[in-house]
Amino acid sequence: MAAGGVRTETFVLNVGPQHPATHGVLRVKLELDGETVVNAKCVIGYLHRGTEKTAENRNYYQILPYTDRLDYLSPINNNFAYVLAVEKLLGISKDIPERAEYLRVITAELSRIASHLVWFGTHVMDIGAWTPFLHAFKQRELIYDLLEEISGQRMNNSYLRIGGVAADAPDGWLNKVSDFLDQFERAFAEMDKLITKNPIFIQRTRDIGVLTKEDALSLGITGPMLRGSGIKRDIRKDEPYSVYDRFDFEIPIGERGDSYDRYLVRMEEVRQSVRIIRQALKDIPDGKILIDDYKIVPPPKSRTYGSIEELIHHFKLMSEGFKVPPGEAYAAVESPRGELGFYIVSDGSSRPWRLGIRTPSFVNLQSLEHLAPGHLVADVIVLIGTIDIVLGDVDR
Amino acid sequence: MSEIFKRLKERFGDGVGPEVAHNGELSIYVDKDALVDVIRFSKDELGFNLIIYITAVDYLGWKRKRPVDKRFEVVYHLYSVENKSRIRFKVGVDEGEEVPSITSVFKGANWMEREVYDMFGIKFSGHPDLTRILLWEGFPGHPLRKDFSERRYVPLPPNE
Repeated sequence: MAAGGVRTETFVLNVGPQHPATHGVLRVKLELDGETVVNAKCVIGYLHRGTEKTAENRNYYQILPYTDRLDYLSPINNNFAYVLAVEKLLGISKDIPERAEYLRVITAELSRIASHLVWFGTHVMDIGAWTPFLHAFKQRELIYDLLEEISGQRMNNSYLRIGGVAADAPDGWLNKVSDFLDQFERAFAEMDKLITKNPIFIQRTRDIGVLTKEDALSLGITGPMLRGSGIKRDIRKDEPYSVYDRFDFEIPIGERGDSYDRYLVRMEEVRQSVRIIRQALKDIPDGKILIDDYKIVPPPKSRTYGSIEELIHHFKLMSEGFKVPPGEAYAAVESPRGELGFYIVSDGSSRPWRLGIRTPSFVNLQSLEHLAPGHLVADVIVLIGTIDIVLGDVDR
Repeated sequence: MSEIFKRLKERFGDGVGPEVAHNGELSIYVDKDALVDVIRFSKDELGFNLIIYITAVDYLGWKRKRPVDKRFEVVYHLYSVENKSRIRFKVGVDEGEEVPSITSVFKGANWMEREVYDMFGIKFSGHPDLTRILLWEGFPGHPLRKDFSERRYVPLPPNE
């Protein structure tokens, strides 16, 4: 580029891979003209763990904990998509006990709120507001306490099982969730008050990273990013899985498709999740939490300890796993980031022939290369925040 | 015969088929020469306007009968926002064969095809930047192929 006879060159700036604003190990190569981005290129794969390859050599039980580690901010939703795919292959989707379905929904929505709180905290922190981050992480910790109580783990819960859930809610847990929601709604209103009408925040996000409907569809964007662009698509409503069709909730959408719209969409989603959990808490029935097909789920421990045949059965089931009928299935859930799908091809053995994982972060991150050109370097940080990636989910 | 398959058959003749349904999910096999047109037709005429996922499956050593006798199948998942329905297209490819890239129809295919190339070594002709995406340039082999052992350890690349 020549301006007044002075020759200028573009400058390449590496953002990451180790940088707090990249939310993990993401490297973005920015080509800059002054402070304006001319070209952006993402370099990913730093967290690639070969989950899909590993899964081909594990039986169906053993894969479950690996799924937690994809999108580690909402592990229950990952479990959810995986068990739905396996249950579809096994043909037991309709047999899952009601109570288990409700517990799945409650925990999945709690983990959606926790995930959105991390997004909220880090996104506004990247823009310069430190206090809301602390508020958000306090609430997130309270959710983790609840999830720890029901699943035994703070993060990476592995709470769902093929055929149900791992454990029933402890005594009083449902009331605790209800109490938490009362308190959370007040705290969330405060967070909302701190940021939503804040003029600095609005200036930093309004008209930044405008994603048109056409681009969003062409890029395969899903989740809050797609809804921020004005397309009303939520798998929980459009192709209801589990018991989502029984709840009354709204799908928020944006108008302009900019970062501020996406912010509003996610904030509203948190409130809608609270609504879903409240309805689920009210309607949750008593009953079993696992199917009683002992070819698929292990029989109760009391039986295993009582007779040698049962012990052998248990051993076979745990070491070899159960056989899944040949065929293929794709099951997707609405994770906090978009469509999370598992594509499983089975050859009839106890291990998947192929387990493909369609992660929302991987597909959504691609939009950064389309959105960044023309923006300032500081806006790229906003864009990374608004895409809401988890690098475990991108790299698998 | 499903309605969608009927319309595709009318338009493309021998370029498409057969169709297979698993667990209520429709898959349609497509000839690789017709692929780009089929995808474009599905997007513009049939309403499958959201690209979901492109992946591949390596059938080396597969014991059951398959509709197409090629080593790999590249699998395209599309979704229709209006009709709330899904479709899967499959293209059979053998070692060394190239598949036309659909990046001209869906921009999002870019990274997905790069991932398939990275993991399976299937090349996409017409792709703007067919490089590895999750692994580094110079990684020996393609890990999701069935003849790549899980226990094969690959040294890390030297620092740049």
